[in-house]
Parts: sequence; C-alpha cells; structure tokens
Amino acid sequence: MTDPHRLTAPDGPADGAAEPVPPPRSPAGPERLDLPHEVLRSLLGAWALAACSTAETDAVEEHLGECGACADEARRLREAVGLLHRPESLEVDPTLRNRVLENCLRRRPPRVPVPDWAASYDAETARLDALLRDFGDAEWHTPVRLRWFESGVPATRRTTVAGVIAHLLSVDGMVATALGLEDPLTDTVAKAEPDVRGAAGPAGRTEAFWRASHFPQTRAVRARWRDQSHQLLRTVSFTGGAGGFPVSYGDFTLPLRDAMVDRAFECWVHADDIAKAVDYPYEPPAPRHLSRMIELAARMLPLAVAAHRGTSPPTTPGRSLRLEIEGAAGGQWLIPLDSPADPIPEHEVAHVALDGVEFCRLAAGHLTPEETTAGQRGDREAIRDVLTATASLSRM
Amino acid sequence: MPAKDVPPRWDRTMQQRLARGEAAALGELYDRFASLVQGLAHRVLSDDTAAAAVTRDVFAHVWEHPDTYDHRQGPLRTWIAATTQRLAVQKLRESETAALAGDSPAELAALESRVRHASVAARADYIVHSMPHPLRAALELAYFQRRDYRQAATDLGVTEDEARRRLRLGLQLLSTAHDMGAPPGLGGAR
Repeated sequence: MTDPHRLTAPDGPADGAAEPVPPPRSPAGPERLDLPHEVLRSLLGAWALAACSTAETDAVEEHLGECGACADEARRLREAVGLLHRPESLEVDPTLRNRVLENCLRRRPPRVPVPDWAASYDAETARLDALLRDFGDAEWHTPVRLRWFESGVPATRRTTVAGVIAHLLSVDGMVATALGLEDPLTDTVAKAEPDVRGAAGPAGRTEAFWRASHFPQTRAVRARWRDQSHQLLRTVSFTGGAGGFPVSYGDFTLPLRDAMVDRAFECWVHADDIAKAVDYPYEPPAPRHLSRMIELAARMLPLAVAAHRGTSPPTTPGRSLRLEIEGAAGGQWLIPLDSPADPIPEHEVAHVALDGVEFCRLAAGHLTPEETTAGQRGDREAIRDVLTATASLSRM
Repeated sequence: MPAKDVPPRWDRTMQQRLARGEAAALGELYDRFASLVQGLAHRVLSDDTAAAAVTRDVFAHVWEHPDTYDHRQGPLRTWIAATTQRLAVQKLRESETAALAGDSPAELAALESRVRHASVAARADYIVHSMPHPLRAALELAYFQRRDYRQAATDLGVTEDEARRRLRLGLQLLSTAHDMGAPPGLGGAR
C-alpha cells in the first residue's frame, strides 16, 4: 500500500472525490532537496494540496516510498482534498425566503410580529442583499447613474454600486434616527459638516456621506446597510405600534408606516438600478408589496398635483382624474385636480390606465411622462399634469 | 467558503430573540444562514426542490425549538449545519428507499453506499464550516485560489511553518469525515 507512484500530488481543485489520479510526475530534476523527516511530514498538507515547490514535492514523494507512517497520512490527506468542494453558486429561488418564513410563523405564531406595513421593507432589503451576495470588486465599483425628477426636468447623478448602497444607508438613517437608533452619518459626517445632521433631506445626507469618505465606497458598506435595515425591522416590531410616529425627510414628514413603504420602494428602485448596471435580472416586488407602494404614491399624488399647479387659480373647481392601475397590485383612485381635498366623482374629467410597474417607474423618475405608456381618455392637460406630478414624487 | 466567525454573543442574543418569538430575528437568521443551509442540503440531495424542502424544515426546527441549541457545545452556525446534515441525509434515505424497485441485498447495499457517500460529503462540508477560521482560510487559499504555501503564508501574515501546519491540520480534520458518527466535540441537534 505504499507504492509511491500512487501517491503523487493532485493537480489542483478536483470537483469530486472520484477525480482520476493524475499521471506520475517526471522523475526528480537535478535539484534534489535533502530534508529531515520532521520537515517532510510538516509538508504533507501542502503536498496533498499541490501547494509546495517542485523540489519539495519530489522530496516528499521520495520519502513516501520509505516511510510507511507518512505514506498512510499522505493518503488520508489526499482523500480529504477530494472532499473539498467549491460552494456551488446556487440559483436561490427568491420566493423561498417568504415561503420558509411563512411556514415557520404558521407553525409557531410570533409573539413579536413584523408589522404588516414593514413587510415590504423586509422583503425588498432581503432581495437586494441576496443580489449583492456574490458581487466581486468589479461589480461593487460598476458605475450606476441615479435618475429622478427635479423641478419638472430629469436629473441624474453618477455613482457606483457601492455608492448606491451608501445612499440607501444614508436615507434609511433618517428613519433610524427618528426611532432613536444611531445615525449612520454621525461618525463620518458630523465632524466635517455638523449642519447635515437633522435638517438635511435624502439628497443632502447622501452627498454629505459621499463627500465625507476620502476613498470611493467599497463593499464594506453592505454590512453597515444590512445591519441598519435589520435594526430598523427589529425596532419597528417592538415600538412601531400603528406606525403613526412622524419621520422627518427634511422638508416634509411621513408617518413611520408610510416611511417604511417609501424606503422599500427606494430599495427596489435602486436594486433595479444596480441589477441593470451589472446586467443581472431583477424582478418587481411581489404584488402585495407592490400594491402598498402604489397605494402610497397614489395617496401622495393630490399634494403633488397641487404643488405642480402652483398658485395659478383652478379653471373649473372640483375636477378629478380617475387613475387606474392594472395588474395584481392595482386599484383605482380619484385624484383631485383643483384642491387636495376629497374629489367629487361627478366631475371626473379624465381617465388614465397604466400598468403597476410602469406607474412605479414613472414615480421613481425613471420614465418621463412622455415615455409612459398609458391608456388615456378625456382632458389631455389634466392627464399631463397628473403624470408630471407622479414623476415629481421622485427624488435622489 | 463561509464568512468570518461571528462572536458567540451574537449567537446567544439570536437564541434569546428566537425564544421570545421575534419574527424579525427569524428573518435575520434566514438572511445569515440560508445559503449555508441550502448549499449543504444541495450537496447531499443534488436537487433544488428537495434542498428547498430541507431548508424549510431546518428553519422550522430552529424556530420551534430554539432552546435545543446549547451555545457551550459550539457556535450556532455549527448547530445549524449539523441539523441540516441530519435532515438532508434522512430525506435522502427516505426518497431512495421509496424509489427502490425491490429489496434485494444488492439494491439495499447500493442504497446504503449512496447514503454513506452523501453523508461523508455533507460531513466534510460541515467540518469545513465549523473548523477554526485560520485553518479554513489557509485551505481556501491553497485549494480554491491555488496559492502555494509560501504565498498563503504571505497572504495570511504568518510564517511558512505556520502555513504548512494549518494546511496539514485542516486536512487532518477534514479526513475525519470518513469516520462514522458525528465529529467529536460538535454536539448534534437533539
């Protein structure tokens, strides 16, 4: 059992224990090493992994013909190498998480559930994290162009995949701060720009965060973002209540339950930006999460329409537009055109029908009103106003 | 290969949160260990659907019985790996038995051989996942990144002697996967 020819070092990673044994090496070259037994024995692991020099390999193999104990160990170690296994990059079904968790919660109902208004944030952050899992440095530094609407026109900002995650970390930090958690901007930014804490909105915080790091953002930002999102979910589970707690976005305020849906929406939108940049497929949210995002946008539309119209007096007071969102996550809303107060159905002057994902892309500023495919009937100007107001909901 | 070892405090806090019935803790647990569980289950079963079913059962077990984890026996990661290995091999045996056409000694022996082969593979993965991080890191460099032991020593910031020692010790631990029964010192799940 100590035939030295059967004990030659393998050639490198083998994908299974049944890999054929490579042919014996050529006989030792001119350079012969004379190593003591102890050193030869210490080399057995490296030898089995084909991780020593040619001269050392020859010296070990010569020794194995003479030393039964080392030959036995060499054989065991080489068999062990056959058990090493490159983790397959499994195509993990993204719906599995939800199925596994639901099964658990059915079998043992939670004493501290995640509030239903935070479920979309839970799902979307988990999906983005799974997308990032296998990213190498090349992906982390891939350029990404953020897009949104500002003062009625498209705006863009160039960053990287890691920069996008830093953006999500900075803005999620507004919710974290409102809940009394540590602000992720504190240590990085506060010293340089004390006024950025508190008052600054999403863009101000993000820019400050980016400016404060002397080097481009790296993959290290992922763990900070993920830890904070886990902390947020944990905290809202304990203290969220009905979600009425106000969260300041700088120039406006949302109740916590809406802020969490907004953050879920932003997480999806930016995950989609990242996926496009690195050429990965990325699905829209599950219908039950998408419908909450659509519902929030539709609810914010009346104020956006009023802001878009500005101070010009309404032509015919009391008009409304019927917004119909198609698909599993859809619904219908009457959007008042002249006053954010409740619309009167009789004064419905237009009807717009569009797909839920299309509506969200418009609301994210990723489509212009002109690019949006919508079924339209009625007052063209009213339709244009509402589509433009939808795009104006977007921000960096 | 798995990420760095997490501090034991994280494990104990997680166990307490699960015992309290915090749904958010269950989500975090999944996010940290789902790829480990799926990978191990897939290694044994070579089938996506069966691996997903084992993943479901592993998390259900942890969620329903968080108290059966004993942190003094080892890290949570190890306990979850052991639970996965146990449930996956059990599932493999069930499905292979159900698929048997007859019960001739030859068929039964072939079944036992397949189950044993899968058990060894699962035990090997489990040993790699539970061995000390320095050993795992050395094996990773030498095997997956094809660094020789001198380069590995430089990468790890250790002496060449130490790199050789880690590679040998890592493989010695791994070779115990061929021995029957659970690896010593790693308490199985219930």
